[in-house]
Amino acid sequence: MDWTLIFSRAVEAGIGSEAIIYALAAIGLNVQFGYTGLLNFGQAGFLAIGAYAIAVTVSTFGLPFFLGVGIGLLLAVLMALLLGIPTLRLRADYLAIVTIAAAEIVRLVVRSVALSDTFGGTDGLQAFSGSFYDMNPYPPGEYGIPPIIGFDNRSMWVLTVGWVLVALASFVLFMAMKSPWGRVLKAIREDEDAVRSLGKNVFSYKMQALVIGGVIGSMGGFIFALSRSAVQPDLFSTDLTFYAYTVLILGGAARILGPIVGSMLFWLLLIFIGTGMEEAVNSGAITFITVNQVGAIRLMLVGLGLMLLLIYRPQGIFGDKREISIDAR
Amino acid sequence: MHAESLPAGKAAALKAFEGMAAEPGVPKPDPILVVDNVVRRFGGLTAVNVNHVEIQRGSITALIGPNGAGKTTFFNQLTGFDTADEGQWTFNGQAMNGVSAYKVARKGMVRTFQLTKALSKLTVIENMRLGAQAQKGENFFRGLIPGLWRGQEDEITLQAEDLLQRFKLDAKRDDFAGSLSGGQRKLLEMARALMGNPELVMLDEPMAGVNPALTQSLLGHVKNLRELGMTVLFVEHDMDMVRDISDWVIVMAQGEVIAEGPPDSVMSDERVVDAYLGAHHDAPLSAEEEERQLHEAEAELDKESTE
Repeated sequence: MDWTLIFSRAVEAGIGSEAIIYALAAIGLNVQFGYTGLLNFGQAGFLAIGAYAIAVTVSTFGLPFFLGVGIGLLLAVLMALLLGIPTLRLRADYLAIVTIAAAEIVRLVVRSVALSDTFGGTDGLQAFSGSFYDMNPYPPGEYGIPPIIGFDNRSMWVLTVGWVLVALASFVLFMAMKSPWGRVLKAIREDEDAVRSLGKNVFSYKMQALVIGGVIGSMGGFIFALSRSAVQPDLFSTDLTFYAYTVLILGGAARILGPIVGSMLFWLLLIFIGTGMEEAVNSGAITFITVNQVGAIRLMLVGLGLMLLLIYRPQGIFGDKREISIDAR
Repeated sequence: MHAESLPAGKAAALKAFEGMAAEPGVPKPDPILVVDNVVRRFGGLTAVNVNHVEIQRGSITALIGPNGAGKTTFFNQLTGFDTADEGQWTFNGQAMNGVSAYKVARKGMVRTFQLTKALSKLTVIENMRLGAQAQKGENFFRGLIPGLWRGQEDEITLQAEDLLQRFKLDAKRDDFAGSLSGGQRKLLEMARALMGNPELVMLDEPMAGVNPALTQSLLGHVKNLRELGMTVLFVEHDMDMVRDISDWVIVMAQGEVIAEGPPDSVMSDERVVDAYLGAHHDAPLSAEEEERQLHEAEAELDKESTE
């Protein structure tokens, strides 16, 4: 068994582009679900909007890259408003239903045959990340700490931009959640009517949380598109949203570092288990499964791990046990 | 009664109610809240149908009535937590119908709930701070720059600590609100409502589920609100408490205001007794009626025996 390969792949996944994408998606969910108690099950839709905004602007219409970024952020705000206006006055479950449907609508629209000239159908779009990589300050070559970590210069550029975005988003949220604004959000999570009776416009705060979470999610979409230099509609299925929730709960909801550490750990473990099993099968240490079955089994193990986590440590890694154990009435 | 032994607020309130007719909808000399024709229907059931009622400024007014009389529903209409089907009401002369709940609170009409809504996973002091109005840091962008709201936050904290001390919750300052007892939660909810410096405090069953040892302290706090110039309107079932602290009592039954009056006499009002115990439950038989019924029964017996 090649332990160096196993560790190297795991560590690279833990700090790689997947970790960034899921961290941003989960940070957005943290604002909505962790702090405000809004069940947004359509985070994949916000990522799709971000990814496709860049791809369509540059690849289909030949417009500048930064215009695509601007359009992506603007569309994420519009989508949040569109979802929030009819549903945020209703009970929490309505938002969950509407968001999961909206995310699927986004995915089905961009993969539709009728609009394939614009969105590229099921094949998606390519050739839009040129001007992003033209800005790459890293000269060609290998970077990292051999033999464990090694990235090429393009990956380094994506990782730099990505982790800066994660840090910025986290810092803004850290400041916001310490402020009276954050206090109102946490109070809304506990009891909306109490907050209303204290003279706060609950609808407006919930809308702000939905918009901010959606915008952070769309930034995850930017990294998704740029790290692959391609977008495909089926990458933005509901799985993405549920993995992002897993990441959030693993790290600890309503904690600033929760989604970041959750995402890193999630990908590290997923790849460690996957590569480890593959290597074990290849070297003959495990004989009762084939390499093709490893992918499914590792997801089963992740599911088992998540169940154990929810039973024995429901507050996640960073959560406060006191907050969880109190019976909220 | 010796007027000079009474606190100033109580004396003023009693003076205002002196000689007032004990009739539903009686006009008050200085009403803070005036309600006209408020109707709320749930399908075929008319839960609230209040023709006219006024709440005297600076008084403690109790709203009583049997279960299902519509007291809490009426509260919800007035505070914007539910939409009335008809009617209008004014607070300090401003029309309040159709105004959303948070705006009602901002105008100085703050309520508490029958089931306490302490925000369990926030600490006691955070609960208190939340009650303050017009906070600069409650805007997202201003919130990002602590320099813009720190000063105000410190003032709010001082006010909160002052209130916590008055309500004897200062020892619990940094505990989660969820760890408080039921009575302490009621106290916290009341103290939190006061953070907004309201003019009218509306308490929905402040004594429900409160340990008797805390009752006296809660009563004292409610009385104190009047001395501080606030108006109190509360829903309560405990008649001892109503008699003890209220200056005026409004009685509701089946959605309507059926009687008003001072606490000492209103409970003996015939309409109130009827509402609580049912009409004619103890109407004594007149002598003639008794005679007639006796004769009827005897005639019946005679008839049976002769057959």
